[in-house]
Amino acid sequence: MSKDTPTTPSTLPAAGWAASYEEEPSQASAPPQPNGVTALKPFGWAKDNLFNTPLNTALSVACLAILWFAVPPIVGWVLLNASWSGSSEACREAAGACWSIIVVKHRLIFFGTYPYDEQWRPFLACALFVAMLGVSGVRALWRPWLAGAWALVLGAMGVLMWGGVFGLTYVANDKWGGLPITLMLSVFSITLAFPLSILLALGRQSSLPAIRSFCIGFIELMRGVPLVSVLFMASVMFPLFLPEGVTVDKLLRALAGLTLFTAAYLAEAVRGGLQAIPRGQYEAADALGLSYWQKTALIILPQALRIVIPPIVNQFISCFKDTSLVTIVGLYDLLTAATVATTDPEWRPYFAEVYVFAGLMFWIFCFSMSRYSQWLERLANRYTRR
Amino acid sequence: MSNLVQALNSARVRGWLYQGLFLACALAVAWYLVSNTLTNLANRGVATGFGFLNREAGFEIGESFLAYAASDTYLKALAVGLLNTLAVSAAAVVLASVLGVLIGVARLSSNWMVGRFAAVYVETIRNVPLLLQLVVWYTIMNRLPSPREALEPLPHVFLSNRGMKFPVLAEHPGHGWALLALIAGIAAAVALVRYGRRHRETTGKPFPTVPLAIAAVILPPVAAFIATGAPLAFDLPVLAGFNFEGGGAVTPEFTALLIGLSVYTAGFIAEIVRSGILAVPQGQTEAGLALGLSPVQILRLVILPQALRVIVPPLTSQYLNLTKNSSLAVAIGYPDLVSVTNTSANQTGQVVEAVSMMMAVYLVISLCIAGFMNWYNRRVALVTR
Repeated sequence: MSKDTPTTPSTLPAAGWAASYEEEPSQASAPPQPNGVTALKPFGWAKDNLFNTPLNTALSVACLAILWFAVPPIVGWVLLNASWSGSSEACREAAGACWSIIVVKHRLIFFGTYPYDEQWRPFLACALFVAMLGVSGVRALWRPWLAGAWALVLGAMGVLMWGGVFGLTYVANDKWGGLPITLMLSVFSITLAFPLSILLALGRQSSLPAIRSFCIGFIELMRGVPLVSVLFMASVMFPLFLPEGVTVDKLLRALAGLTLFTAAYLAEAVRGGLQAIPRGQYEAADALGLSYWQKTALIILPQALRIVIPPIVNQFISCFKDTSLVTIVGLYDLLTAATVATTDPEWRPYFAEVYVFAGLMFWIFCFSMSRYSQWLERLANRYTRR
Repeated sequence: MSNLVQALNSARVRGWLYQGLFLACALAVAWYLVSNTLTNLANRGVATGFGFLNREAGFEIGESFLAYAASDTYLKALAVGLLNTLAVSAAAVVLASVLGVLIGVARLSSNWMVGRFAAVYVETIRNVPLLLQLVVWYTIMNRLPSPREALEPLPHVFLSNRGMKFPVLAEHPGHGWALLALIAGIAAAVALVRYGRRHRETTGKPFPTVPLAIAAVILPPVAAFIATGAPLAFDLPVLAGFNFEGGGAVTPEFTALLIGLSVYTAGFIAEIVRSGILAVPQGQTEAGLALGLSPVQILRLVILPQALRVIVPPLTSQYLNLTKNSSLAVAIGYPDLVSVTNTSANQTGQVVEAVSMMMAVYLVISLCIAGFMNWYNRRVALVTR
């Protein structure tokens, strides 16, 4: 499940071969720079980029043919012939997509089995959450108060989701479902995994053999097995580890599994950053007489973490996609909710619309995060480029 | 007293102290968890140990590469699951590589439209969870028409909700000979490549390795095939009653998993191929031209060795990811290792043993692939001062 990427093998020896979401800054796929006068006219551009050799002409013709045959039916299905509201009977008569199923089922897809009349609460919680994510993306707002704001928002989300105070009725978390589960699992697991991963990465670089082998063992074990097996372990084996009478909620168990799994992958990303710091930095810190923790916290980590921001965001994307696996251990996330929506006998033929919708939800989040990661990388390289 | 302070200030002594503390804590936690688990298992009346592996499994498995029946043991059921995992992974690795290389090269194409097509593919596929894609493929497979109204995309290839049926060569001893000849041909080609490289490195003269090697692989099996009378009879799938008879078949689960894994992983492989090719500076091609090498020689001797150095390590890790991702089979009912382990654990209650075995198997697969990668990395690593 690691979607590691390789852009800088020479500076990141450990995670170097890990592959990345970022495009090369050079934008290789973009059209070549206009050369000469021909590029000023659209036909000149087409001649340079689409029809410059016989092979390219053939490829362009093939692409145009694909567009010619694929676009009209797709546009017809998605827009022109689609049925936008009404009952399933109206859909049976329409030739295109049946978006009415989304209109009818959107509350189920977004909020799962959360009590219908109370669904404004998960909606508000998600809206707060997404707004907070947006705010945190702005570089100028990376100030200490942001952490406080997050604590406040998470507290508000907890109150909204659980209720039980301020006159809100209590909703047990086995009733939660849909988008809030997906968002919360991914954000909590990555936030909890991050400190853990720093400890693991430091442990892996440690000179103390017992600690080093423990960290290597843990990281390699987690990276060597599929997430499904970790989730099975969390959901089936974990209750056996606890003393009699103590139970942990299913949601928390899945969160624990996801956290441990993500921490192992993040640890490798962080290790790449640690290894990219020149030896001289370690030696200079030693020469100043700093202790191990002072050296790590004041000299090494600030430099290492800056390097690994892009791989960390990539890991966040992976983690966001991986939360869909909790449906296998019986949690009610966005994907489960979508699948449930397709099983209604009345709307059974219209599975494609529901999956397109759910896929679009995931895509919007993942795509914007990957674009954000590219922006961050450019930002980080702004002063180092020569 | 001063001795003690001195000792505590020594990094070595403190190192041992920390490690001792750490080990003591780790052991205490482990002991606590194990004792809890043993108590819980005893309370639930669940047996421990691996004795269950020799008991009768009692469940059917949809598809199997071994002869398997419900009366076989759990061990055999798990072996069937493992083989299913390996089979679908191996097939998907081949498909994903072909598709991934094509799309990666397409994304670098000087043709703007081809590049855009590839970019849209990569950005769409990689940003939607694999599980969702698998569910979609599986739903499509299940909603295909029944065998009576099966689709026929190619002559004698039928797609229906019972899976895909396709013609296979009817068995004939000639095929065995052709296969043997193919293996011999591959061995000869490997020897030729080695000889060619040595010849080139010692004499500096080019050696026609590629045409000779291709001939060595193709000619012997073709010769064996013709010598045994060119047996080209096909076993065709024919509709009989409510289903097809004859021919080869794959189940809807296998097809969905194969397509889903290949399409998803191809998106990642495409990016790896692209970055590998971009990693070779333009100057290398120009230097090759200046040396008077032909374009094919430049590709083989200059570009590929350098691009592969960048491509192979992340590619191996993608293959590993693909194998691990095949565990999502459990969501669409393909009987892979995870799914069989899950059934066994539910039936016997021996969750700890079953899950540990499953994790151990995946770990062994991962370690094998990681071992290969380290070996390869050492072989191709850039030798610097």
